[in-house]
Amino acid sequence: MTVHVRYFASLRERLGRSDDRITLEDALTATELWSRLWPDTPLPPNTLIAVNQEYADPGAALRDGDEVAFFPPVTGG
Amino acid sequence: MRIELWETPFEPLAELAYHQDSRPGLQGRHGAMASFVGTMRDSNEGSAVQAMTLEHYPGMTEKQLSAIVTEAEQRWTLLDTLVIHRVGRLVPGDPIVLVGVWSGHRNDAFEACRYIMEALKSRATFWKKETLAEGERWVEKNTTGYAP
Repeated sequence: MTVHVRYFASLRERLGRSDDRITLEDALTATELWSRLWPDTPLPPNTLIAVNQEYADPGAALRDGDEVAFFPPVTGG
Repeated sequence: MRIELWETPFEPLAELAYHQDSRPGLQGRHGAMASFVGTMRDSNEGSAVQAMTLEHYPGMTEKQLSAIVTEAEQRWTLLDTLVIHRVGRLVPGDPIVLVGVWSGHRNDAFEACRYIMEALKSRATFWKKETLAEGERWVEKNTTGYAP
C-alpha cells in the first residue's frame, strides 16, 4: 500500500522535509510508520496525528491511499 | 456559516457589519450578536515580537473549523456564524481571528462564541512562529482558555 506522509511546523523544520510518499509491503499503524521512516528519531511525545485530515490515535491502522500527518500541538487563534 | 482563511490583513468590525448586512436571514430575526477578535501582541513570554507567521494544514484546517461550528449549531440555537482566521505573515496589531455568532437570544450567542473560540484554539491546525530580534521561535502551546 502507498501512503502520503505530511509534516507541519516545528516538526517539518526539524525533519527538513514537508512530506514523504512511501509504499509499504505490510499494514502498519501510524506510530509504526513513523518508526519505519525515522528509525533514529523517536516520535516527540506531544506529537499529534491525523489520518485523512481527521485526528487519529497513534495505533490507528493505515490503509492504502491514506494521508497521514504528524504535527506539534496547535497554536492558532 | 461562513468560514474563511485570509492571507492578507482584514478589518474585523467591517467584516461583521458586511456579513450582518448581506445576510437577509438575519434582518429582524437576530436579537443577539456576540463576537471575539484575537489580535497579535508585540510581546510574548518576555520577548519583544516583531512579526509572526501562521502556518496551517490546508484542507484539514477548514474541515476542523466547519466541524467546530457544526457542533456549536447542534448545541445552541444559532442563526448564523462567521469565522475568519489569518494565515501567512502578521505584524503586531493585526487581527488574527474573528468569531461572530448571531442568534435570537444572548445566551446562545455568548456560549457558542466562547465554545467556537476555545475549540479552535485547542483543535484547529494552525501553528504560530514568532520573529524576535534574536531569531525565530515556534509558539509551543496555547494558554488554557476556560478557568480551571
